[in-house]
Amino acid sequence: MSNKVIHAFYNDDEVVLDAVKKVKAAHHHIEEVFCPFPVHGLDKAMGLAPTRIAITSFMYGVLGLGIAIWMTNYMMIQDWPQDIGGKPNFSWWLNMPAFVPILFELTVFFAAHLMVITFYMRSRIWPFKKAENPDPRTTDDHFLMEIPVHDNEEELTTLLKETGAVEINVVEKH
Amino acid sequence: MSHYEAPIREPLVLGDKSYHDITEDIARPIEGKANKNWYIAFYISLAAMLWGFGCIFYTVGTGIGVWGLNKNIGWAWDITNFVWWVGIGHAGTLISAVLLLFRQKWRMAINRSAEAMTIFAVFQAGLFPIIHMGRPWNGYWVLPTPNQFGSLWVNFNSPLLWDVFAISTYLSVSLVFWWTGLLPDFAMIRDRAVKPFQKKIYALLSFGWSGRAKDWQRFEEVSLVLAGLATPLVLSVHTIVSMDFATSINPGWHSTIFPPYFVAGAIFSGFAMVQTLLGVMRKVTNLENYITRLHIEYMNIVIILTGGIVAVAYGSEFFIAWYTGSPYENYTYMSVGAATGPYAWAFWSLIIFNILIPQLLWFKKVRRSFIWSFIISIAINIGMWFERFDIIAIVLSKGHLPSTWWRFEPTFVDVGIFIGTIGFFFVLFLLYARTFPVIAQAEVKTILKSSGENYKKLRDGNHE
Repeated sequence: MSNKVIHAFYNDDEVVLDAVKKVKAAHHHIEEVFCPFPVHGLDKAMGLAPTRIAITSFMYGVLGLGIAIWMTNYMMIQDWPQDIGGKPNFSWWLNMPAFVPILFELTVFFAAHLMVITFYMRSRIWPFKKAENPDPRTTDDHFLMEIPVHDNEEELTTLLKETGAVEINVVEKH
Repeated sequence: MSHYEAPIREPLVLGDKSYHDITEDIARPIEGKANKNWYIAFYISLAAMLWGFGCIFYTVGTGIGVWGLNKNIGWAWDITNFVWWVGIGHAGTLISAVLLLFRQKWRMAINRSAEAMTIFAVFQAGLFPIIHMGRPWNGYWVLPTPNQFGSLWVNFNSPLLWDVFAISTYLSVSLVFWWTGLLPDFAMIRDRAVKPFQKKIYALLSFGWSGRAKDWQRFEEVSLVLAGLATPLVLSVHTIVSMDFATSINPGWHSTIFPPYFVAGAIFSGFAMVQTLLGVMRKVTNLENYITRLHIEYMNIVIILTGGIVAVAYGSEFFIAWYTGSPYENYTYMSVGAATGPYAWAFWSLIIFNILIPQLLWFKKVRRSFIWSFIISIAINIGMWFERFDIIAIVLSKGHLPSTWWRFEPTFVDVGIFIGTIGFFFVLFLLYARTFPVIAQAEVKTILKSSGENYKKLRDGNHE
């Protein structure tokens, strides 16, 4: 069973965007596009769902705020109340204005770090991870479109040539 | 056309550049050999750093009695340096986060180095409170852990503890913001590296970045959200630093305008430091086509704006101190007493370096001159150091009780540690300039077609 894919190289962001639209219009499945820099509108053209990572950030922020509320209440009000400049040590709510900076910082801390960790996990990037871009030129100035082949190699090659690909390779994918 | 930009805007990338040329230009300083000037600068910085470390060891070994502090002036050079370095740290996040939200494309050529500067400056800042503790091995007591003597916790009412949370959040969030932006650029270096060791290192640093369409979609969203989070964060950090002073009851410190005024001062000094560093770096690394006269001018405009806010704040502090008629207010850092007293030299240094000299930037010729921008940026760095010194040392030298009036005189250890942090900062920055992609090349490539000189010419030519 062959696991062939076509690698089509482009050297311009506008050309690759048009190419993606044309390949999509011809009802071919685009496995992946590797880019050296973000191309505006490429995700929409490829039919990728919008990312939900901003929503996770909001939830992590709420979590951070919750932890900060719990922490300030437990440490300053419940466990060991102290008289500090006469501030109300018997009520979290009355002492709350002095805790605002802590509440804010922990909200940001959780929202930022957990979101970035989520991004790394979802996009599978972390230290010692091996890069998966098939060609080193894709981090320089080339865009690479990967399309699986199902006995339609010639048809695809012709189509991709028309869309302005500068190089087309058929390779075995492992 | 999707890449249209008004012809009236000056190009941000000069010369006839293609995407590949950008790759080459950014990779060159990393792949080439360092020149003699780099080594001279590096060894001078290294010597300064080692001298500073020696002074820190002496301080820790003997006690902070080796500093010029005394029982009335308990904060002086150390906290001055702390606030100075934190302030410098503000420009990086401002450039990368606030300017991202405002869609200012010119940030792309300078954000990487500005963020590096932020992180290195906050390192230096963090050193001072820790060594000022006298027993830095107990430094972890500032974290909310129950201590050995019971379950007494840290005091969440204290601005000093707010500072711990603000600065550690700021440092760590800036670090991941910076690193996430670096991933595609490290990947670029990795994919063109020829030496196996270099390839290994950059493969590790790039976290295996592959540049899939989905990765880029998430990357852009993450950058935007991080910018949104970092913007209030950067404002909160210096606000909280100012509260270290403003929540006390010392005349001169107990001032409600401190938070906005400190934040403006921080941005002012941070941009000055960016100007100082980039003015040199663009030449040394041959990146004049990316960090252009226009970038320098834009930064100077931010400097004149924030410098103006700071000047107005000084004016209002001075006026209010006089207007109260309170004799105590006559010894604050902005008062007739300060201008004529034993610290008059520090007062006038502040006025000259921080208010008068930056006014030259109103002239477009000065604003667009590399050498003038460099000179003025150095003046602002000095002026902003004096601002913090004045606020701390002048105010503390004249307390409520005349019998506690005293003067602060620094010892060689005070000076040595300060010089040491400057050396440490430049050691880090010089190493960075040789090993990291100093310009966010992936981002610059996205604006090449809209703001590159060759593309703009091509487009404008079509209209004629």
